[in-house]
Amino acid sequence: MKKHMKLTWAYIFVIVFGLIMIFPLIWMFFATFKDNKELFGSLTILPKAFSLEPYINGWKGSGQFTYLTFFANTFKLVVPTVAFTVLSTGIVAYGFARFNFPAKRILFGLMISTMMLPDAVIMIPRYVLYNKLGWVDTYFPFWVPGLLACYPFLIFQQIQFLRGLPRELDESAYMDGCNPFMVYARILMPLLKPCIFSVIIFQTLWRWNDYFNNLIYISSVKKFTLSLALKMSIDSQGASTPWNQIMAMSLLSLIPPILLYFFAQKYFVEGVTAGSIKG
Amino acid sequence: MGYSKNWKWGMIFILPWFLGFCILQAYPLIMSLYYSFTDFSILGSGDFVGLDNYIRLFTKDKYFIKSLTVTFKYALISVPMKLLMALIVAMILNMKLKAINLFRTVYYLPSIMGGSVAISILWKFMFMKEGMVNGFLGIFGIEGPDWLGNQNMSLITICLLVVWQFGSSMVLFLAGLQNIPTDLYEAADMDGAGKIMQFFKITLPMLTPVIFFNLIMQIIHALQEFTSAAIITGGGPNHATYLMGVKIYEDAFRSLKMGYASATSWVLFVIILLITMLIFRSSDAWVFYNDGRD
Repeated sequence: MKKHMKLTWAYIFVIVFGLIMIFPLIWMFFATFKDNKELFGSLTILPKAFSLEPYINGWKGSGQFTYLTFFANTFKLVVPTVAFTVLSTGIVAYGFARFNFPAKRILFGLMISTMMLPDAVIMIPRYVLYNKLGWVDTYFPFWVPGLLACYPFLIFQQIQFLRGLPRELDESAYMDGCNPFMVYARILMPLLKPCIFSVIIFQTLWRWNDYFNNLIYISSVKKFTLSLALKMSIDSQGASTPWNQIMAMSLLSLIPPILLYFFAQKYFVEGVTAGSIKG
Repeated sequence: MGYSKNWKWGMIFILPWFLGFCILQAYPLIMSLYYSFTDFSILGSGDFVGLDNYIRLFTKDKYFIKSLTVTFKYALISVPMKLLMALIVAMILNMKLKAINLFRTVYYLPSIMGGSVAISILWKFMFMKEGMVNGFLGIFGIEGPDWLGNQNMSLITICLLVVWQFGSSMVLFLAGLQNIPTDLYEAADMDGAGKIMQFFKITLPMLTPVIFFNLIMQIIHALQEFTSAAIITGGGPNHATYLMGVKIYEDAFRSLKMGYASATSWVLFVIILLITMLIFRSSDAWVFYNDGRD
């Protein structure tokens, strides 16, 4: 009986607290259908009338460029970066997990230690370098670090996973005449799939939500991503900020990460716990 | 058999990382140390000025100490709050609740989007003086503060945003809790140990590796926070939310004092290293590993 009561309280707590946690998102959703006066005037959560006006006018963006451009730009930045990251970090993890070569211990140690390297301390010389190469105001500063596997956390995750796969798999493939690259591409990569999903999810969320790098590397509105477009929308409106439109566009910008999260949830929790618990 | 014979392949496979490490990590790290001793800016080549930047930071720049204090405050408030919240909710979810996956999904949701500009904008809007939060407080007869305009409240508002994302830490605690063997509790029950005793003698010690990992990751993150302060308050009011990340950005890319900003970033780097080392050193005393190492 006592145990029963305790469980009831536990349910009440997690439900009420869960509602409080997602309340800002629920409120945001309904706010996108309200008109601007109603946003400030009334406290009811549901709008008086569901109006699509905030979406229609918000979508117009800066006037010169609509949110179609900003969405397309964000995809142009994120998708290749994620693809490059998957390819590069996977093959690097394979190299570290399965081969012995000179100075491997030192190189591995260096790779792990870069996990502690704060972005702030390398970003100025990186900017100077990209500037010299003429890459400022392009998406190269995002694509190239993906191509060159500059994400030690994602490499480490895959190394941990590969360590769990028996080496006999590789051996028998060698017997069948595979070379080391084919062993990875044909045998290990398919088995690595759950881990690759988690790499895709992490990198997509990081790049999609990133503001800082967008801010320093992208300067022309034509190339603005959603982060920059949204920031611009709260800056440039002057006295009467159309908050309903800004909320509408903010909400739209969150939809791709949310969809990704719901579709790939299973891998997500695995990925989050992999690097830390098993360690 | 393929492993030592094929060592050349191994080196080819790690080549992308090695290039990235040299060009985009090691070289920038060395260059930023070098810049920190110059008055370099993107406009000119920069002359060697010795320790001037560092001396100026600690003696003349009144916003540097302010920024350092604000950053520490931010980390000291937000990290313990976030971890405590994560631990409490994880323990309740671990009471064999049904639909645990649903709850986990809901609690995790803020973590996947919390770092975005969109959510920072939502926060700014919710916490405005005439905003939604104060509106609801008004129902209960509470006159809400000016969250963003008040020097004492603005940092709290930004802390709340990161605490809201406690789900990422909670998932780790939950996995840690599920790893604790139940026979430990059964044995404790037989010995007549109460629930509180069990928490301090079993649960907490068994969770210390997860707490350790969470603590390090969250502190490193907190010390580098940028987006929330930049969007919600812009570092204000009166520099009350002027985090180091914001200061470095403004010095480097607004005032174009890149040598000076490099010096600031190195101070931040050293602080992060020291704190990480300190936590690692202290871990012998409080982190318990259940694999015979202890």
